[in-house]
Amino acid sequence: MLAKRIIACLDVRDGTVVKGINFEGLRNAGDPAELARRYNAEGIDELVILDVTATIEARRAIGETIRAVSRELFIPLTVGGGIRSLEDAAAAIEAGADKVSLNTAALSNPALIPLLADRYGSQAVVVAIDAKRERGGWAVYGRSGSAATSRDAVEWAQEAESRGAGEILLTSIDRDGTRTGFDCDVTAAVSRAVSIPVIASGGAGTFAHFAEVFTRGAADAALAASIFHFSEHAVDDLKQFLAGRGVPVRPC
Amino acid sequence: MSIALIDYGAGNLTSVVKGLRAVGAEVTIAATDAGLTRCSGIVVPGVGHFAATAGVDEGLRHAIMRRIEAGVPLFGICLGMQLLFEGSDEAPGVAGFGLIGGRCTRLSPPRPFKVPHVGWNTLEITRPAAILDGIDSGAHVYFTHTFAAPVTPDCAASTEHGPAFAAVVDRAHVAGVQFHPEKSGDAGLRILANFVAMTRS
Repeated sequence: MLAKRIIACLDVRDGTVVKGINFEGLRNAGDPAELARRYNAEGIDELVILDVTATIEARRAIGETIRAVSRELFIPLTVGGGIRSLEDAAAAIEAGADKVSLNTAALSNPALIPLLADRYGSQAVVVAIDAKRERGGWAVYGRSGSAATSRDAVEWAQEAESRGAGEILLTSIDRDGTRTGFDCDVTAAVSRAVSIPVIASGGAGTFAHFAEVFTRGAADAALAASIFHFSEHAVDDLKQFLAGRGVPVRPC
Repeated sequence: MSIALIDYGAGNLTSVVKGLRAVGAEVTIAATDAGLTRCSGIVVPGVGHFAATAGVDEGLRHAIMRRIEAGVPLFGICLGMQLLFEGSDEAPGVAGFGLIGGRCTRLSPPRPFKVPHVGWNTLEITRPAAILDGIDSGAHVYFTHTFAAPVTPDCAASTEHGPAFAAVVDRAHVAGVQFHPEKSGDAGLRILANFVAMTRS
């Protein structure tokens, strides 16, 4: 039976993980490669590296980060943030990424989706959608949630699928960073409107939030960052919790 | 002698090279038939569309067949496993190697199953095979595919996504897996190590 995937996200700036790291026993708590090794050993199903570097010059560092992270990692690795062209995607994949995640660039240039899907296959193309609850629906925002668009999240997900996206990474702007739970409504609405897998993101605060998004939210995978930082066995504990509630998971 | 990894321009080889090296294999990239003359094993990787396998041109195809006839083990991964069959509905005009009987067809499970089939799913081992040494039924491996091969007597392990499909095929010294062993954690590395062992026996 296909397991529901648990995905850890590393926000990386200038080669360092920037979001609330609280691990003991790491030589360098901000080292993405060391954190990736840790998560891998704990049984995480997949990793996402999100490059939050602000400047183009500093962005070159992400290639080294991808290489360092993927060196000893034998699970899928997605890289997002700043991928705007075939060249950007090629550099990430060449460095060891299995998938690239497109957000703002896909909004301004949707033809980038089929361009990458034709070159690397749909399985390598994730379209990230940042959605905000507005007027009874969910509006899509670009530029890390700062720029409103005229797009509806459900319709954009369907368009991304028809253009060749292999997965949707759906983040609720309303819930992101709140630890009040995933937005199960938008997740279910998008998940039921497309046939490709949907990764829920934004709002994970408790193990019960994951169980809820996998059932009521119809998510195929769930992504979080800080919840995995707090204890050494968070991934294993989460999976045992989910298994106990009948959610199929890959045992650690 | 090293294992020849066939490069026919479909996707990236980085992960497969890394996986094989992690289990102690010496790997060379072979884009032409010249690269196959002295190899101890052949790996056909691949992601994406079956039409991309047309990138394995006549010369390379002929060289692979000659090596298989000479007893060199071959391992197909994902699209590379589908290529072992007679063909695929994904690209009806492109012939497979025909080493294993049957054709690949599109996965079409009922809702709420999704296509492509992406993620960690379990193996149901149907019979012993060298490539599955040390792997038990229920082991999770990472899949990402839209087309799949039928369950036939050459199938050594199946997986269900709605109906069952062939996850592992094995016939004499030819083996293939629908999933990505290079992305399947410890279970995947064990399977790669099993192939490396086949090239040394």
